[in-house]
Amino acid sequence: MAEQFHAQQLALATEQARNPLLAALNAAGQQAFAAASVPNRKTEAWKYTSLHNLLTGDFQRTASQSDLTAGLREVATLGSLKAARLVFINGQLSSELSDALALQQVTLFSQADAEQQALISQHLGTVLAHASSNNSGSAHLFNDLNNAALNDGVLIHVGKNQRLEQPLQISWLSSNNPQPFSITSRLLMVLESGAEATLVEHYASDEQPQNSFTNALTELVIGDNARLQHYRLQLMQEDALHIGSTHVDLARDSQYSAFHLGLGTRLTRNDIVVNHNVGGSHCELNGVYIPQNQQLLDFHTCIEHKVPHCTSNEVFRGIMNDKARAVFNGRIHIHPQAQKTLAELSNKNLLLTNTAEIYTKPELEIYADDVKCAHGATVAQLEEKAMFYMQSRGISKKEAEVMLSFGFINELLEALPHEDIALVLRPLLAHRFGRDQSLSRHLLENETAGLSGENA
Amino acid sequence: MISIKNLHANVEDKNILKGLNLEIKPGEVHAIMGPNGAGKSTLGNVLAGRDGYEVTDGSVTLNGKDILEMEPEERAREGLFLAFQYPVEIPGVSNLEFLKASVDAVRAHQGKPALDSVQFLKLAREKCKAVNLDQSFLKRGVNEGFSGGEKKRNELMQMMLLEPSLCILDETDSGLDIDALQVVAEGVNAMRDANRSFIVVTHYQRLLDYIVPDYVHVLANGRIVKSGGKELALELEEKGYGWLESADNGAA
Ligand SMILES: Nc1ncnc2c1ncn2[C@@H]1O[C@H](COP(=O)(O)OP(=O)(O)OP(=O)(O)O)[C@@H](O)[C@H]1O
Ligand SMILES: [Mg+2]
Repeated sequence: MAEQFHAQQLALATEQARNPLLAALNAAGQQAFAAASVPNRKTEAWKYTSLHNLLTGDFQRTASQSDLTAGLREVATLGSLKAARLVFINGQLSSELSDALALQQVTLFSQADAEQQALISQHLGTVLAHASSNNSGSAHLFNDLNNAALNDGVLIHVGKNQRLEQPLQISWLSSNNPQPFSITSRLLMVLESGAEATLVEHYASDEQPQNSFTNALTELVIGDNARLQHYRLQLMQEDALHIGSTHVDLARDSQYSAFHLGLGTRLTRNDIVVNHNVGGSHCELNGVYIPQNQQLLDFHTCIEHKVPHCTSNEVFRGIMNDKARAVFNGRIHIHPQAQKTLAELSNKNLLLTNTAEIYTKPELEIYADDVKCAHGATVAQLEEKAMFYMQSRGISKKEAEVMLSFGFINELLEALPHEDIALVLRPLLAHRFGRDQSLSRHLLENETAGLSGENA
Repeated sequence: MISIKNLHANVEDKNILKGLNLEIKPGEVHAIMGPNGAGKSTLGNVLAGRDGYEVTDGSVTLNGKDILEMEPEERAREGLFLAFQYPVEIPGVSNLEFLKASVDAVRAHQGKPALDSVQFLKLAREKCKAVNLDQSFLKRGVNEGFSGGEKKRNELMQMMLLEPSLCILDETDSGLDIDALQVVAEGVNAMRDANRSFIVVTHYQRLLDYIVPDYVHVLANGRIVKSGGKELALELEEKGYGWLESADNGAA
């Protein structure tokens, strides 16, 4: 099963990769992937994350159809978020759904001019490469596979002291095909010194049962004094399989603030690796995962403090419903020379049923002595006290459950620096908890009453 | 209004209420005093229907309906309101959405017309003013980071919005400064009418100067051991609970 998957994916990668600019990366990727073995239950970083659905899923081809359906058109607007938008359907750029502003700010690898090609050659794969030296389990064969199969990708270059006024939304959408298929997506963003931008990576699909496997890789190079706000939103229908990695390089006094959202699918695995490479950088890494049904959702995060005077603050919260399983592994690695590091990690989990599962493991590895670090993980069920309080006010048990669950992650939504995105996400998540609209209607009261943003 | 007969209740298999009788008619205010651990809050929790408070004997009817088989939310919709001794903090759920959900549920059950968001916000702001809470409290998480006194005023605001027929105030006066005490008392007094009854649990006679009760009861060892008029509170203030024989031995 694993061998067959391995062989098929290698063959598919070799067939796909045709861009001379990427030839060296492809070759190295193919070699590494060929040599690697598919993780199994004994592989530490995949202990609780079974690849069964991937290995048995027959994903040995790319999409044969990428039609623009009404469903996708709607999904692509991301709740009418005000953004410059670039949309892919099953890995193909949709020029119809993408807007001119985005097309100015973004270049496809296949259309890069000489200068952009130089940038790609300089950075592509290098951020990722750090991961193999830190032994975190986040340097896995799916990254090699992405390198191996890569034929095109998205380059975003934000020049020195340049500031993108609007968020840049990259939507990676999928739709159902006659046969199961693979999507390889790649994004490289380079912010020169003093640059500022907001990037929204949006993984979604229409509501049909999906039969895609997406291998997504994002590399973010954040220059001196540059700031990036990154939203990575996974809102796919639950049959879509997704293995994605985000690798970030931070230069002097730079800032990475991120919000990662996973709704959960039959298999979603996310690795996030942040490298503090030069002093003074700050990382604000937040996330929410809310799998339901029989979904499997895994977040592996790793923050590498390699140099002195950097700070990181990480907060992830999860709510597991039905028979869902979630995995959270949060590693903070403080290298011997990384004195004066401040690092905090918190992971709180809520189990809504007796059959839902969470495997959480904060991992602090500290090799420097003058640092301040704190971490904590909790697993709980809905609080009886709070439930009774709400019921004693006439609120039904079901609605109280919905309100409390939503409240648990709402604290993170309210802290989002980009208010428009919070406004888009609130109804989306509210409906996720209150599957019946009558149960979620009160969650959006502040908006309907026009109270938000108003100073009473 | 409410009729409590021979009420026995256990908490964690421990017998706390041991044959409690209390009869309250519409429009009456009954004060309940008594030593720490006597079972005053237990009575409130039992009446409100909290899980884990097991009634082993006796009956409770509210406006003629047996409430002991009802879920807590049904009791609330039937007009019972408990102002908690220790209001619960619910971060992430805004006070406004909590209040709206609550008022919608209760009004719908009582056949009153639903309030739209704008009407409701106006009403909620009025009630904020009435209990002297800044309107910014509507936006904050339910009781989240509220001071002790602010929590109590928030309880009172909920009571005003829900217009219950039986209000149980469990030490709503403790932790209040002198001005806040006046605000709460005025709020309660403004709500007093011929169809609404109150159970006011307190340790301090002072509150009863502001909210003048029709009856004062002493709850000790799980039962009402003495009842009287408002002058009983003064007597208790002077003598404590020791002179009430059954406060100590609580015969079964
Ligand atoms: N959940 C519980 N588990 C165990 N014992 C409990 C529980 N709740 C209440 N009790 C016990 O029941 C008794 C009565 O408690 P209750 O809170 O009703 O007293 P009270 O009269 O309200 O006291 P106070 O004046 O201090 O508020 C106490 O001995 C208390 O410890
Ligand atoms: Mg008490």
